[in-house]
Amino acid sequence: MNAPAKSPLAPSRRGFLAGAASLGFAFTLGDLGGVATAQAAETSGHAIGYWVTINADGGIQIAMPAAEMGQGSSTGLAMVFAEELDADWPKVSTLDIATRADIYGNPAFGGALITVGSKSIQGYWDKVRLQAASVRRLLMQAAAAQWSVPLAELTTEPSVVVHAASVRRLTYGEIAAFAVVPAELPAVQKSELKPMSAYRIIGKPVARRDIPLKVDGSAKFGMDVQVPGMAYGTILRSPVEGASPKKVDEASVAAVPGIIKIVPMKDAVGIVAETIEAAFAARSALQVEWGAVDFHGYASEPALVQFVERAKKTSEAGLPYVKTGDSDTAFTKAAKIVTAEYTTDYLYHAQMEPINITASVNAEGDGAEIWMGTQSQSAIIGAAAAILKTKPEKITLHPHFLGGGFGRRSAPDMVPYALGMSKAVQRPVKVIWTREQDVKAAKMRPMTAHRLEAAVDEQGNVTGWRHRIVAESVVAYSAPERLAQAKGLDPLTLEGAKIDYEIANQTISYLREIRGAPLSAWRGIGAGHNKFAIEGFADEVATALTVDPVAFRLQLCKSNPRATKVIKTVAEMAGWGDARPAERAVGFAFGKVVDTWTAAVIEISLDRETGEIRAHRAWVALDPGIAVNPDSIVAQTEGNVVFGLSQVLKERVTISDGSVDQTNLFDYRVARMSDTPEIHVTVIPTNNPPSGMGEAALPLIGPAVANAMYVLTKKRFRNMPLIPQRVKATLKDNGSV
Amino acid sequence: MMTVDFKINGKSVSISAEPDTPLLWVIREHLKLTGTKYGCGAGMCGACTVHINGRSARSCRAQLQDMAGKSVTTIEGLSAASDHPLQKAWIAEQTPQCGYCQSGQIMQAADLLQKNPHPTRDEIVRHMDGNICRCGTYPRIVRAIERAVKEG
Repeated sequence: MNAPAKSPLAPSRRGFLAGAASLGFAFTLGDLGGVATAQAAETSGHAIGYWVTINADGGIQIAMPAAEMGQGSSTGLAMVFAEELDADWPKVSTLDIATRADIYGNPAFGGALITVGSKSIQGYWDKVRLQAASVRRLLMQAAAAQWSVPLAELTTEPSVVVHAASVRRLTYGEIAAFAVVPAELPAVQKSELKPMSAYRIIGKPVARRDIPLKVDGSAKFGMDVQVPGMAYGTILRSPVEGASPKKVDEASVAAVPGIIKIVPMKDAVGIVAETIEAAFAARSALQVEWGAVDFHGYASEPALVQFVERAKKTSEAGLPYVKTGDSDTAFTKAAKIVTAEYTTDYLYHAQMEPINITASVNAEGDGAEIWMGTQSQSAIIGAAAAILKTKPEKITLHPHFLGGGFGRRSAPDMVPYALGMSKAVQRPVKVIWTREQDVKAAKMRPMTAHRLEAAVDEQGNVTGWRHRIVAESVVAYSAPERLAQAKGLDPLTLEGAKIDYEIANQTISYLREIRGAPLSAWRGIGAGHNKFAIEGFADEVATALTVDPVAFRLQLCKSNPRATKVIKTVAEMAGWGDARPAERAVGFAFGKVVDTWTAAVIEISLDRETGEIRAHRAWVALDPGIAVNPDSIVAQTEGNVVFGLSQVLKERVTISDGSVDQTNLFDYRVARMSDTPEIHVTVIPTNNPPSGMGEAALPLIGPAVANAMYVLTKKRFRNMPLIPQRVKATLKDNGSV
Repeated sequence: MMTVDFKINGKSVSISAEPDTPLLWVIREHLKLTGTKYGCGAGMCGACTVHINGRSARSCRAQLQDMAGKSVTTIEGLSAASDHPLQKAWIAEQTPQCGYCQSGQIMQAADLLQKNPHPTRDEIVRHMDGNICRCGTYPRIVRAIERAVKEG
């Protein structure tokens, strides 16, 4: 047919494809046919701008900016693009995960390529639709020119441009073969985008494209990378955050065959070997003397007591995060004041795939190729360029599937070790952390203490709300410049601290601790600890007012229809108020989490002898705005319930002498199948932009369990996790509740 | 170093490595069958589950020196065309999320159905409880196993 359309953008686009494919590590989300199609696009696909290539046979490949870690964005974003393009969905596949932030960056993160905070669909919602609409417009313009008819007379059907008046049709594949692609695609206004009522793809349960690859072992995770000539590496990192190796006893690993090199680094010793088993064996044998750092003196349990004392010491105001109305007056005039302190412990991500990264530094030492699963292509490329003192263009990243992210893979902390080892041996090195190393080097959710106060007037109205949050800053550890930008108000630690209740006078303040613990976002972000305190306390206020907890929330959300709807829906699903079997009780929690209106009820029982809590049934109702892929939302929410129960019933990192006490999955325990309740999810779509789905329900599970425990025992459980020894101690405690 | 002959997915292989090399690394890094995953290295998560002589086993706890003459099946060898009833059911129920643990989950479930073609819900939970799914796909794993039982 015609010569392929030559866009001025085409060379780099094709370079991008060729770069990925030529190394033999290109993978595409989709079935095996999808892989073949995407690679064929190099020769037969026509690039239309940066976001899509269309083959003559109708195959459409869409660029994919988000990491895929099971949250389903790689299918969801493709659905959004395909919807606006009016593409024939079965013909759609996706290209390799993008690495150019200038083109594919997420507007929700200042244009960085990062998959965090449940913001892929949300952040790209306008950008992806506008890109797709521009491509559709271009195809229609090309057809209009070909037929010499006005653009206004054309419509589209899935992957076809139609001129009804003359009964003519051209497929997208046919048009792409002759269309001249200008440097800039035709502009489309937001007002011209498809309305929700016209959706064909969005809102229907769509099979995720990555799933077939995940039932037969063919999905490629970072762990699965094979590079010709590669060596294997692992690290022995300082047991105490920040300590450096003072003395490395190489003789201690002399008996291990196949060791290539021992590489001392800033806070770790790298071990490079011909096999992974040799690297791991040497790690067990290696004797290292570590330098002293201040963090040696840190212990989490006494620190938490200090955090609580500071939360209670109201003479220290803290930094105001929310200040509305006049809470001082509200409290002075209050007929009743309710007060409580809550705490949450450090947590480890326990993503199933231990941290790994494969790197190959070039001979000049000014460039590298990296293969891994990451939540932030931008962070990895930026970190590698900074370490090698080179330009980002000299770093080639090959993103893979993530065996769990949950925030752990948002940081580039593993990059320096891999580059250091590759440079030292002048070979590609696949660096795998042992699970033990992964646990010991946990980048934790911060430990927190909360003091909450509610002022109630003579009529029983809540007139004032105070919440003091004592915790270290996550971003002070992971990205210190962000703390200054936020004027000291850590956006991750404080995330979820705002309440969605109609209380006129509020003061929410942050009292920052500086202890030096390694921190990061953890699934649920700040809401994970803040909602535990807020929603547990909300039940306490309801009890003080002798109001039913659900009725209490409805009162406090009376001018908010979306909140009212999810609360009423979940109450109905759970039969709130119905009699329960003996020794069973239900607890409720509500909140807007990652912008999704969410309410949850959990039914539990308690073994008073062992202190073990068991969840039997869980109900969640949520309004995520437009529900892009409803079954994926249900799947995410089921996972949130399980993950949330794991968090409230089992998970806890403690630190002694500056080191994480836990070792592996036997002493950092997570939920198993036998811990899983029956789960019921109702998705309530509304005509609002889609909100986050990866962690909406999780932060509500903890407080719902604690609230159910009050119903069962008339004791408040204010310290998460509710592990058996704490439960037993609280049950024995005859003090006031 | 020692050389051990055994079968993997029906093919005879001869592997030379240290005697205590975990079977997991033999499968993943020597034989490049990467569907079997490293999760904990201590037999606590089940991501590395394979079949040895037809029974499920944690490949991180099995050593090369014990493999002579044995027959190992990995996720790649479970079916010829990724069409084992469990694999079909896993897709129908849209079970995997991140997917990292799912090879192990499927191999563990296949072992159950070989021994007990009609397990109860409790039997499923008991048999699968050693396999962790951090994403929390347990409800769908149960449904997929029940579907595979029904649809065979």
